[in-house]
Amino acid sequence: MSTNTIALTDFPASRPFPLRLHEWVTTVDHKRLGLLYILFAMVFLVAGGIEATIMRLQLIRPQNNMVSPQVFNRMFTMHGTTMIFFVAMPLVFGFANYLVPLMIGARDMAFPRLNAFSFWMTALGGLFLYFSFLGGDGLYGAGSAPDVGWFAYAPLTSRTFSVGHSTDFWTLSLLVSGIGSVGTAINIITTILSMRCPGMTLGKMPLLVWLNLTMGGLVVMAVSPLTAAQLMLLVDRYLGGHFFDAQAGGSAVIWMHFFWVFGHPEVYVLAIPAFAIASEIIPVFSRKAIFGYPVMVLATIAIGFISMSVWAHHMFTVGMTSGANIFFVLSTMAIAVPTGIKIFNWLATMWGGKIRFAAPMLFCIAFLFQFLIAGLTGVTLAVAPFDWQLGNSYYVVAHFHYVIVGAILFAIFGGFYYWFPKVTGKMYSEVLAKLQFWLFFIGFHLTFDFMHIPGMLGMPRRIYTYEPGRGWDVWNVIVTLGVFFQAAGVLLLAGNLILSYFRGKAAGNDPWDAWTLEWSTSSPPPEYNYALIPSVRSRRPLWDLKHPEDPDWRYE
Amino acid sequence: MSPTNIFAPASTPADSVFGLSIFVILTCTAIFIAVGALLTYAVVKFRNRPGDDRTEPAQVYGSTQVELAWTVIPVLIVVALFLASARVIASVQDVPRPAGALEVVVTGHQYWWEYRYPKLNIVTANELHVPVSDPADPTPTFLTLLSADTDHSFWVPRLGGKTDLIPNHPNSMWIDPHETGLFLGQCAQYCGTQHAKMLLRVYVQTREEFDRWVQEQQRLPHDSTEGSAASAGQRVFESTACVNCHTVSGTPAKGLFGPDLTHLMSRDTIASGAAPNNHEKLRLWIKNPNAIKPGSKMPAMGLNDRDLDTLTAYLETLR
Repeated sequence: MSTNTIALTDFPASRPFPLRLHEWVTTVDHKRLGLLYILFAMVFLVAGGIEATIMRLQLIRPQNNMVSPQVFNRMFTMHGTTMIFFVAMPLVFGFANYLVPLMIGARDMAFPRLNAFSFWMTALGGLFLYFSFLGGDGLYGAGSAPDVGWFAYAPLTSRTFSVGHSTDFWTLSLLVSGIGSVGTAINIITTILSMRCPGMTLGKMPLLVWLNLTMGGLVVMAVSPLTAAQLMLLVDRYLGGHFFDAQAGGSAVIWMHFFWVFGHPEVYVLAIPAFAIASEIIPVFSRKAIFGYPVMVLATIAIGFISMSVWAHHMFTVGMTSGANIFFVLSTMAIAVPTGIKIFNWLATMWGGKIRFAAPMLFCIAFLFQFLIAGLTGVTLAVAPFDWQLGNSYYVVAHFHYVIVGAILFAIFGGFYYWFPKVTGKMYSEVLAKLQFWLFFIGFHLTFDFMHIPGMLGMPRRIYTYEPGRGWDVWNVIVTLGVFFQAAGVLLLAGNLILSYFRGKAAGNDPWDAWTLEWSTSSPPPEYNYALIPSVRSRRPLWDLKHPEDPDWRYE
Repeated sequence: MSPTNIFAPASTPADSVFGLSIFVILTCTAIFIAVGALLTYAVVKFRNRPGDDRTEPAQVYGSTQVELAWTVIPVLIVVALFLASARVIASVQDVPRPAGALEVVVTGHQYWWEYRYPKLNIVTANELHVPVSDPADPTPTFLTLLSADTDHSFWVPRLGGKTDLIPNHPNSMWIDPHETGLFLGQCAQYCGTQHAKMLLRVYVQTREEFDRWVQEQQRLPHDSTEGSAASAGQRVFESTACVNCHTVSGTPAKGLFGPDLTHLMSRDTIASGAAPNNHEKLRLWIKNPNAIKPGSKMPAMGLNDRDLDTLTAYLETLR
C-alpha cells in the first residue's frame, strides 16, 4: 500500500507555475480546498490585524488625532467583519475540510464540486468587502468602506444615514459568503453522515468529527437568518421596503433580533471546531483516551441547541420586558453547564497522563486557562443587570476577544503545529514554535487582560477618541503595547511554517504517535487519501493497531 | 479615581447592580481559583518527566459519578446566580413611578442630547439637571428615552446601567442620585461618525439649587439692547440658516434639529460636552464645527469675522 501511494503522488516537481496554479484554482480535492481556506484566512488575518493596529495606535492616548473618526469607524467595521467572516470562519472550514474526510476514512467530501463552489463564494465575499475601499461611499464625509459597525444596526444602514455604496458592499459580501458557508456546512454534514468507513458508527467517530457535525448544523440554522436579513436590507435600500425603517412602521429592533439569532450561534460555530482541535490534541499529548467521550458528545450537542436560544443577551439594554430579560439570563447561564463539563473532561483527560509539552499542547493548555476565564467573564455578562453596566463597553470587547483569540485562535494555532507534519510531510521548528507561543501569549495577556479595566471604568466601545481624566489612559497604553507582541507572534508562525515547508526535516506518517486514521496514511496524504478504505473497530483505530494486547474495542 | 467607575454607585439602580456584581465576581473568582488550581496541578503533576520508560499511562475512559458531580455542582451555581439576577432585574425594571417623581424626556440626536421637562415646560440640551433624592423622601427622576435618528444609549455609570434610545421604540429608566455633584457618561451605542463626542453630563443639585435652575430656565430671554454688538449678532442669527435648526424662545428662531439655545450661557459646555463654553471655543464652534467635532451635523456657515464676533456676542447674552 505504501509503495503504491508514493508512486501515485510522485508527480514531476518541475511542472511550470501556471500549470500548478491552474491545478489549485480548479481543484475539487478536499485537502487542497482546506488549505486554500486556511491560506485565504491568513491573508485576511493580516488585513484585519492592520486594521486593529490602526485602532490601537489611535487609542494610545486621549484626544489623539492620528486618524479621523471616519477612518476609525471604517477600521472597526472592517476589522470585525473581516475577522469573523473572512478569518475565523474560513479557518474553521479549512480544518473541517482537510480533516473530516481523512478522519472518517473517506476519499473526499460528499460533494467535491459544491465544496469548490463554496470556497470560491467565500473568496468572492472577501473581495466584495475589500473592494468597498475603492467602490464604496459611506456616512457623512466617510469616503469609502463600510462604517456601520460589524453588526450594522438599523437605521444606520438605511440610505438616509448611509449614502453611497459602502453598506451595499458589506451586505453583498455577507450575502455571498453566507451562501458559501451554508454550502460547506451541508457538505460537512452529508459527508459525516454518509461517507464513514466500515465499522465507524456514529459512536466511534473521533470527537473532532462529532464537533464539526454540530458546527455544520449550527451554520445551517444560524447563517440562514443572516442571509435573509441581508436580503431584507437590500429590499429596504433599493426597492422601497420598510423592514427596518422605524419611520414607516418598520422596526430597528427586528434587525437586532435577526442579527443576533445569527450572531450568538456564530460564536459556537467558531468555538466548537476549536474545542474539536483541543479534543484531539489533549489526549494525544497526555497519552490518554479522551475522558467521558459520550458526555463530551452530549455536551456539544447541548451547547448547539442552547446556543440557539440565547441571542437576546446581546440586547439586555434595548428595553425588553423584565420577563424576557430573565428568560435570556437563564438560557445564557444554562450554556455554562455543558461548557463547564467540557473543561472538566479535558482536565480529567490530562489527569494521570504523561503530558508532553510540544507546541500543540502548549497552545491547548493556554486555551484551557483562557477559555475558563472567557467563560467566567461570559457568566458576569449573562447577569443582565451587570450587563446594563458592562454591555457595549471595553469589558465586552475584552471578553469576546478572550473567546475568539484566547480560546479559538490559540486552539487553531495548536492545530497548525499538530497537523503541519501531516499536511506537508515536514516537521516545523519546535524552538521557533515555542518562541511564538510565548510572544503571542504575552501579547494576548497584555492586550486583553487589561482591556477589561477601562470597560469597568465606563469606556464604551467604538469611540475614536476619549476625554482625559477618566482613568482610562494608562490601561489603553498597555493594551496597545500588547499588539506588537501579538503581531510578532503571528509573523513568527508564518515564518516558521514557510521555512519548515522548504527546509524542515521529514516528519514521517505519525510523528506524534497518535491514534486517529489520518496518521495511518502518508504525509502528505495522497489525493485519494487511502489506497484501501480502512475499517475500524473503536474510536482509536491506531491505538488498536499499536496495542493489539489491549485494544480499545474491548471497553467501548 | 475615575468619574465613570461602575463600582462607585451613587443611585439606587447603580447600587443594586453593584451589590449583585460583587456577588457574581466573587463567585466567578472562586470558580476560577478552584478550576485553575486543578488545571495547574494536573499540568505540573502529570508532566512527562525525563527518563520516563515510554510506556503508556493507564487508559481511563470515563466515570459516571464524576461526570454527575461536575454537572450537578455547576447547575446549583447557575440557579443561585440566576435567582439573584432575576431579583435585581425586577427591582430595577418593575418599580412603580412615585407621585413626586420628576419626568424628563430624553431624545438622542446625532450627536447630542435633548432634554424636555414636560411638566416644567423646559427644553434644554446636553446637560441634564436633576434634584438629589433623599432615601427617606425619594424624588427619583424618570427618563423617557426616544431617538430622533439612529440608536443611542444613555449611560452614566455611577447613576445606573445603560438603556438604549431607539427610533419608534420608547424606553424608560430611572435614577435617584443620593449625592449632589456632576456625573459623567457618554453615548454607549454606536450612532455614527461622532459617536465618541456625544458626552453626557448630569448635574445633581440640592432641591433649592434645582428649583432656582428651573426658574432661570423658565424665564424668557430679554431682547438685546438696540445698537449693541449683540443686537447686530441677533440679526445675523435670524437672517442665516441658524434658525432652521435652533430655537431661541420668544424670537423667530424655532428650529428643532439642533440644541435649544434659549439659555445657552447657563451651560458649562458646548458641542455635547466636547468643548468648554467659553468665548474662544464658542466662536470657533460657529466658525468651523469640524475643528472641535469632525463629522458634526452643524455646518460651517462661512461667516465673515465681523459677523462671527457679533453672533458670538449675541449668543453670550442668552443666559
